[in-house]
Amino acid sequence: MRRPAHMAVAIVGAAALFALTGCTTDPSVTPPSEGEDSESVEWFDQALFDKQLDEISTTPEGPADQPHLQYINAEMIDTSEYASEGAKKVCFANASISNPWRQTGWITMNEQLKVLQDDGVISEMETRDAQDSDDTQIADIDYFIEEGNCDAFIISPNSTAAMTPAVERACETGKPVVVFDRGVDTDCQTTFIHPIGGFAWGIESANFLIDNLEPGNKVVAMRILPGVDVLEQRWAAAEKLFGENDIEAVDYFTGADPAEIKKIISDELAKGDVHGVWMDAGDGAVAAIEAFEDAGVDYPVMTGEDELSFLRKWDATGLTGLGTVYSNFQWRTTLLAVQKIFAGEEIPEEWVLPQEPIAQEELADALENNEGMPDGHYARFGGEDLPGYPTVWQERIIP
Amino acid sequence: MSQQATSFGSHVGKAAFALVSPRGAVFLLLALLLIALAVLSPGFAEPGQFIRFIQRVAPIAIVAIGQYFVIVSGEFDLSMGSLITAQVVIAGNLVGQDASKSVPVLIFMVAFGILIGLINGLATTLLKVPSFIVTLGMMLALLGGVLFWTGGAATGNPADEFRQIGRGGIQNVPIVGVIPWSVIILGVVLAVAIWLSQRPYGRTLIAVGDNVTTARYAGVRVWWVKTSAFIISSLSATVTGIILVGFAGVHPSVGRGYEFIAITAVVLGGVVLGGGRGWVVAAMAGAFALEALFMLLNFVDVPSTMRDAVQGLLIILAVAYSAVTFRARRSERSVLASPATGKEPELAPESARPAPQPTPEGD
Repeated sequence: MRRPAHMAVAIVGAAALFALTGCTTDPSVTPPSEGEDSESVEWFDQALFDKQLDEISTTPEGPADQPHLQYINAEMIDTSEYASEGAKKVCFANASISNPWRQTGWITMNEQLKVLQDDGVISEMETRDAQDSDDTQIADIDYFIEEGNCDAFIISPNSTAAMTPAVERACETGKPVVVFDRGVDTDCQTTFIHPIGGFAWGIESANFLIDNLEPGNKVVAMRILPGVDVLEQRWAAAEKLFGENDIEAVDYFTGADPAEIKKIISDELAKGDVHGVWMDAGDGAVAAIEAFEDAGVDYPVMTGEDELSFLRKWDATGLTGLGTVYSNFQWRTTLLAVQKIFAGEEIPEEWVLPQEPIAQEELADALENNEGMPDGHYARFGGEDLPGYPTVWQERIIP
Repeated sequence: MSQQATSFGSHVGKAAFALVSPRGAVFLLLALLLIALAVLSPGFAEPGQFIRFIQRVAPIAIVAIGQYFVIVSGEFDLSMGSLITAQVVIAGNLVGQDASKSVPVLIFMVAFGILIGLINGLATTLLKVPSFIVTLGMMLALLGGVLFWTGGAATGNPADEFRQIGRGGIQNVPIVGVIPWSVIILGVVLAVAIWLSQRPYGRTLIAVGDNVTTARYAGVRVWWVKTSAFIISSLSATVTGIILVGFAGVHPSVGRGYEFIAITAVVLGGVVLGGGRGWVVAAMAGAFALEALFMLLNFVDVPSTMRDAVQGLLIILAVAYSAVTFRARRSERSVLASPATGKEPELAPESARPAPQPTPEGD
């Protein structure tokens, strides 16, 4: 007679599961906008948004044909205290080379390094790759401080808060410290090099979609992962603009897995029309486009990145697109900044590099300039004048 | 007349009983989920959309079928997801843009799959390392190998001809429009799986999972039966890899988490962890139910970050459900049924047969 009791437990368990999913079936229970609002409040920063909005329209200073040496609204600082003769040893604490954007930049940086070594500016660059781990990178920086015998530090932080104390320790050595890409919560570094930023990305991509869509249209946003400031800022800006312009936007985290991206888009297409696709990075853009092809519906208006896989697919399909850019050439700017520091030249305290998206008119040029490059290459890599061009990037020779 | 009514009542009772049994419950769950999807999005029930749904589930259903063979024999295969990733990257790098390499690379991938299954199986059976550890190690080894090879970034997609296996299909079919190749592949894999589990081999596998000592006394070559289950599972991961290259493209994240999705699906299908009980069709239905549930969550705007939580909850509930109902039935059986019956009441006929035979084809 124990059976009914057991069955009851089992049935209650199953019923609970249904109830769980059943609750959420009722759309009135959780208006989706509420949850998303609180999220964007967390990452949205009006001051930074306004600053980057202004920087988009500012003409950068510096040599017109060398965007990697241009800077926007810079406050110059004097580096004559570091001026010194002879080849110097540079120590580079890198977050990782685990995505094609970082791999492209890493190749460019190494080609720039060869030039500076030939010029007798840098003797060697010792690099430690933290493989996306905060702990490893802290240990790497401390190793450099203790026994690296470094004349200068270059740090590409893995994450903002966790890396701040380590960067401060590097500053305390009195040697020049160059931070690039993701930032840290300190201004002890000699210079912080980065493109305009995540809000600018979000503003440019969202405005493109808004301009090319009708009010009330639907945009599916593909995001890689939560909690990374550069990525969150891209979405925070875009979400705000979509909301203000009556574009219905839903966002998903995909882990950059193309199978996941394709499934999500297929589900959205099964639910109803999708007019636009917004991506917080180019990885997987092709899978998103293919989902529309396989479903046999019209191409969406789409924003991807300057990664060649997307640019090529964009060109082949003739869709309405924009290649948002997070300037890859910042990787070589870091070494050039070190060169300027040892020469005692003035450099920007915060070196904001231009970040110009690839529009339809520039697509053909971008593709032509990067002919023969692999799909994971970035069109705005900015290494065309370096000696290894184009073979080193074509063959993906990762040092 | 009252006689008839009783018999009708008992039939209904039996049917209801079958549906709430762990093996039947998955079909009930699947039906409910599909109905919910059709209600929420009427387009879903259209044949053209529905076949797309099957295409989307096919890779997961195939790994679930492969995982079934390993789980029913009393083991685990945690290396499936990494093997899928490895096969995807192999296809991307070796085929490249040269479609003529497709066939040799396919043969190589199958051979690689068999090799991985063989290593998993032999390490488990001959070296007596628990399969949980062997396949966990294999998962890390394969993933590490892939990361070393690619640096963690996507490489180019293979030639479009190769990708047709996962993307294309038979065009201009009446009613459904297109029959994707992956749906046909799923059909073939399922047919082979059903055939295998009805042959003495399949019964031997269940016997080994149920009680390895008895099976050994019955003359079963346990090491070979289990090893072949691992090979089947690795081959299913290979097939899924081939489909996913076409469906999605090359990326080191393709296949991530598939081992747990497969285990969830199998458990949802009422297959008992630890082996000895299960039905391959229910395992596949588990995969469909799981994906339908994820799709439903998607449709009602539950954040995709909730997915893992739902999946975890499902594993626990499904195992609890099947454990509780099986125990309930076992205790009922020991009271009500004569010991001579010694079998599952009603339900799936294949498990209702007497003790599994030793493997005649093994020699």
